[in-house]
Amino acid sequence: MWAHFLTSFFAAASFVILFNAPKKSLFHCGLVGMLGWVLYVFIRGEIGEAPATLAASLLVGILCQLFAKFYRTPVIIFSVAGIIPLVPGGMAYNAMRRFVENRYDEALQIGAQTLMIAGAIAAGLVLSEVLNQMLRRRPKTV
Amino acid sequence: MEQKTSIYETIELCLLAGKVMLQSGAETYRVEDTMVRIATAFGLTESHSYVTPTVIMFSTSGEQPAKLIRIEERTTDLNKIAEVNAISRQIASGELSARDAKTLLLQAESAPFGYKLPVQILAAALTSACFLIMFGGSWPDFPAAFIAGGAGLAASVWLHRIVQVKFFAEFSAALLVGLLALLFIWGGFGYEFDRIAVGSVMPLVPGLLITNAIRDLMAGHLVSGISKGADACLTAFAIGAGIAVALIFFH
Repeated sequence: MWAHFLTSFFAAASFVILFNAPKKSLFHCGLVGMLGWVLYVFIRGEIGEAPATLAASLLVGILCQLFAKFYRTPVIIFSVAGIIPLVPGGMAYNAMRRFVENRYDEALQIGAQTLMIAGAIAAGLVLSEVLNQMLRRRPKTV
Repeated sequence: MEQKTSIYETIELCLLAGKVMLQSGAETYRVEDTMVRIATAFGLTESHSYVTPTVIMFSTSGEQPAKLIRIEERTTDLNKIAEVNAISRQIASGELSARDAKTLLLQAESAPFGYKLPVQILAAALTSACFLIMFGGSWPDFPAAFIAGGAGLAASVWLHRIVQVKFFAEFSAALLVGLLALLFIWGGFGYEFDRIAVGSVMPLVPGLLITNAIRDLMAGHLVSGISKGADACLTAFAIGAGIAVALIFFH
């Protein structure tokens, strides 16, 4: 378990270095990536891959909005770091490998799963944005 | 007369800010929002901007003609996005004059990449190795993914410099990663080809494009969202094809 905490933190933080993220937000990027991934790993065994991805990307979205507001930095810097571990790279790879091996039925099956997970990431981000807008609007109307 | 130059200056300033942001890979809505915000801060309340991944159009209601900028080259530079964002905040709160803002923006535009190439390669190597463990790989494969991932990124950066064909760099870098992974397994340094390959191509994954495509579509920028999504899919496909070619050798 500790390996997951450690590696996801460093993976997210070093990934955003490739995109020239500001040095002072590297730690937060790592944190967002780590929390999203750890939540995903914890719950994927119980509720399945796609719902776990949805929950994790929702968490990532909320954290990003909070960090962005708190540090006055564009949201996207944090969300890249949070989303990257959730991208179904391994699954896409497996689908492609089946295609190469001419096992098309399995390939399509895994491919469809991959698309579901990609959709779950998007849906999680959308949900966090919805929450953000609802919370932001409330004080004005009251 | 003076009024006119100042409107002209404002438009130039907006376009400069938009250009720097779009070239660094900001979301469409952020670029449009920043430009309109700067324009409003300098008194042009009725301005419109239309941004796609390749072009910025900006018009103010008045006698000034609409302006257009073509964006040829797009890189990813989160630091520049953050800087221009900070500058536009300062402009909006009235802390910066047009001239100071322009100097700052030009500085931001020409700022070098914050991390040197060796640091980037190291970061890519670390990313690869960490992803290997996250995807269920074993620690003995750690060095193999570390080296393959670093080499993959180095190859992709180098190829981007010498060949101007899109997706080719990603394809060849992924192919190199696949071949290196095979080599490690033959040499006895690596054990699971699948995991090493998946971990090591992670630095090549167009993470920002994917995030941007989703965010653009959410904000209703359909043209930008779909074109960025297509770009991301093609890049992912190029990476997949590179690994696939390596797999063909494997059999």
